[in-house]
Amino acid sequence: MPDFLLQTVFNASYAASYMALVAVGLVLIFGVMGVINFAHGELYMAGAYAIVFFYAWLGLPFVVAVGLGLCFAGCLGVLMELALFRPLRTNPLGGLIASIGFLLILQTLAVLGFGLRNQTVPPVSQGRLTIGGAILTYERLYVIIATVVLLAVLWLFLRRSKFGWALRACAQDREAAALQGISINQTARYAMFIGAALAGVAGAMTAPLVAPSPFMGHGIIVTAFIIIIVGGIGSLEGAVLAAVLYAFVHTFVTTFFDGVIANIVGLLLMLAVLVVKPQGLFGVRERA
Amino acid sequence: MPEKNTIGAAGIAGIVILAALLIAAPHVVSFSQQELLVLLTINVLVVASYRLQTLTGEWSLAHVVMMGSGAYASALFAKSFGFPVPLAMIAGAIVAGLVAALMSFPLFRMKGFYFLIGSFAAGEILRLIWKRFTNPFGGPKGIQRIPGFPEIDLGFIHIDFYDPANYYYLVLAVVLVSLWVLYRIEKSRIGLTFHAIHWQDKLSESVGVDAFRYRMLAFVVAAFFAGLAGALYAHYLSTVNPNQFDVNTMVYVLIWTIVGGTTRWYGPILGVVTLTIIDEVILRGIGADQVRPLLYGGILILAILFLPNGLESLVMRASDALRRNRGQATSGAMVRE
Repeated sequence: MPDFLLQTVFNASYAASYMALVAVGLVLIFGVMGVINFAHGELYMAGAYAIVFFYAWLGLPFVVAVGLGLCFAGCLGVLMELALFRPLRTNPLGGLIASIGFLLILQTLAVLGFGLRNQTVPPVSQGRLTIGGAILTYERLYVIIATVVLLAVLWLFLRRSKFGWALRACAQDREAAALQGISINQTARYAMFIGAALAGVAGAMTAPLVAPSPFMGHGIIVTAFIIIIVGGIGSLEGAVLAAVLYAFVHTFVTTFFDGVIANIVGLLLMLAVLVVKPQGLFGVRERA
Repeated sequence: MPEKNTIGAAGIAGIVILAALLIAAPHVVSFSQQELLVLLTINVLVVASYRLQTLTGEWSLAHVVMMGSGAYASALFAKSFGFPVPLAMIAGAIVAGLVAALMSFPLFRMKGFYFLIGSFAAGEILRLIWKRFTNPFGGPKGIQRIPGFPEIDLGFIHIDFYDPANYYYLVLAVVLVSLWVLYRIEKSRIGLTFHAIHWQDKLSESVGVDAFRYRMLAFVVAAFFAGLAGALYAHYLSTVNPNQFDVNTMVYVLIWTIVGGTTRWYGPILGVVTLTIIDEVILRGIGADQVRPLLYGGILILAILFLPNGLESLVMRASDALRRNRGQATSGAMVRE
């Protein structure tokens, strides 16, 4: 039984890692752009397909392929900022709808380029860590480590660098930030790149474990919504903690009941948070 | 701003032409397009009821699930309890309204984006329950072999509703009556209150409007008509399953509504009709089924970028231009607006 519990903890930590990356990206985009990026799950999908192309087909080293996937998703994000979110800055609902249009385009491109069926990616490593009777494969361990490193770097970048200050200033009050001489366009571009790249890197690293499909973005975007609501819409720290909380609840309920019940429990958790504390666990109350 | 009640000769001509088109429609299209026409007419009711819900300023993502509630309830009433189908449909719509009433207690504690996501969660929970519990909802496969609308046989006249053309007329009648009711509600004092809550909820509360009650009312009425649409849909396709009411479908309702425009009652209807015609007739005509979502997405983005107020802004521009021309023709004696 303790092995079984430890195994579930391993599984939950892995799930929490990639969920946190995706959710933090979504929060960053929402914070700076003020728009809900519905295509965020498709950026995750784009990262996974970068692995299919660069790693499985071209045979580049996995790390290089992940880096390319990160850049590819990030560039897609910048493209979205330039083509969609910038012209629609005064129209958040329009931005949301435009991102749905972009989602349809990305999905179709994936279908056209790679077909409808699920892709298989050769394993990166056969190694595994065995603690008691519980198994943690290296592939999952890498995801956990990479997440911790990436989030730590992001945190330092936001707290210590000048761009980080600008980014947070824009997230707090766009007009005031502009009055202080911060370029809104440039900040938005950086935020979109980083946010999209985080989703892309999550998709890239989990690609060998999930059999990428053109419609894989759908499940993850729902999860990311739940996480950012539970954590508080504007809060990066909240997103990370909520990802851990959600991943643990979801994994444990899946283990003891089944996946659909776990989804229902996850949604109930989110609804409960919304009812009791609409600003989320770590969010700031929106000014009326 | 009171709307003018006088309808000019052009208006009457327009109504006559529209009526003729609606009546002739099933006879000038192919069989598969007849089926499409039925679904399109049902979708008109879905978006029109959705617009009523958005009048109070909150955008629900549970509307399609409300439609599903009506569909499931009506199917179960007819199949498991043996209700006559017309009665089951009304009962289904009432159930959808009741579900909305229950949901409004947690949901209307939230506003804006939080409401958007909260309504999504509430709807998704319901949908997953249909998916999870085989008894009575049939699980992922849903409910099959739902009884159809009973045929009318008066001896000299015989109407079989398995024929899509006949079912279309039935749906058209139900939808037109529903649209008229929705229109009357919007133009009534209640509709004005919805607008007031949308633009100035604090102010309207300060003069004694119970914002919660009116938001709930809009939500329940919209769900009732969405449920009715769902019931029409279920007894036509004779099958319902949870995937028909998932977030993809909701996204389409959202797209139709926003591309159509939301300041006038006809905006969303314009959106669903135009986009369906573009999608089914023109894009299907091109033939490449796999590319359709891409083109659809492209059209959507272009519409949002270049027609931010929706298709209805084109209508308004056209009617303004028409009015101006006419004004000049009658030596500028008529001063309008």
